[in-house]
Amino acid sequence: MKKILKKYQPYIWLACFAIFTLASFLIGFQPGKAIYSNFTQFFIEMITFIPFLFIIIGLFDVWFPKAKIEKHIGQESGMKGIILVVLLAMLQAGPLYGAFPVAYILHKKGASIKNIFIYLGAFSCLKIPMLGIEMGYLGWKFTLARTLVSLPLFIGIGYFMEYHLKNKNFTIHDIKNKP
Amino acid sequence: MINNAVIFISVSIILTLVSLFMDKKKTLAGLKKGLMMFKNIAIPFLNILILVSLLIYVVPPNIIQEYLGAKSGVLGLGIAAIVGSVALIPGFISYPIASMLIKQGASYTVVATFMTTLMMVGIVTLPLEIKYFSKKVAILRNVLNFIIAIIIGLLVGLIL
Repeated sequence: MKKILKKYQPYIWLACFAIFTLASFLIGFQPGKAIYSNFTQFFIEMITFIPFLFIIIGLFDVWFPKAKIEKHIGQESGMKGIILVVLLAMLQAGPLYGAFPVAYILHKKGASIKNIFIYLGAFSCLKIPMLGIEMGYLGWKFTLARTLVSLPLFIGIGYFMEYHLKNKNFTIHDIKNKP
Repeated sequence: MINNAVIFISVSIILTLVSLFMDKKKTLAGLKKGLMMFKNIAIPFLNILILVSLLIYVVPPNIIQEYLGAKSGVLGLGIAAIVGSVALIPGFISYPIASMLIKQGASYTVVATFMTTLMMVGIVTLPLEIKYFSKKVAILRNVLNFIIAIIIGLLVGLIL
């Protein structure tokens, strides 16, 4: 029983909405109809570009495998190091806490403190899948402005963190291997 | 909206063709991967669209303009920065919300601050971050990113 509930749990809202809409049309409930018409607009907006965005992301994923690139990134310093960590971050997807294990790996491989925090910054605002959806919803001007403003600022954070933590035994823990 | 569809559809078709030309097997794997990812996000995405459709009906635009619009000043910025820091909304499904806010009269500054704190600052995930980076570093990173998010918001608002 619990299993069945869990399996269908994600669909609860959709089901409720479908029933609500159907009922609204049956009894002529105006707000229900208006909400449904909003929904169809949003749905059309979404379905006409999100699936294609994912095709682009999927292709990116097979041509630029993250794991392979991760292997080659670590100790590079200077401009090259920064560019490489930013590029690596751009290929990722998912929430920020998914970046912490990668930060650990980079740290273990000898990446500088600066580059680790630049990685985290780039991860949070420059992921390609995210830029795609942002352009779709907010327009390329917004994306361009936000990106150009953010990039120097989180590189600044990287420099600040390195300066601040240089002689303070900075380390990243791998929480999987902890008891 | 239509422009968007045209751009994304043509880019994906061109990339698929180029990729097919270079490696058929890889291309099929990539397409499959992409569609799987879409499948995973589809239901949460639809749920957010339902929520946004409801909100846009219930919350009148003048309220959004008052609290999150160009004249909302420090209050709007504060609301955006704090809600963005606390909320744990996956980035992907937060964009329909952002787009709705702008259409309803929220300012670019407010939306950029909200999106940036949403992505860079995580109060809910702070305990996890502390386990990786130690308390001091994790808090410092979040505080710095919070400040920077506001600066980003202000600058984006200034540019657009």
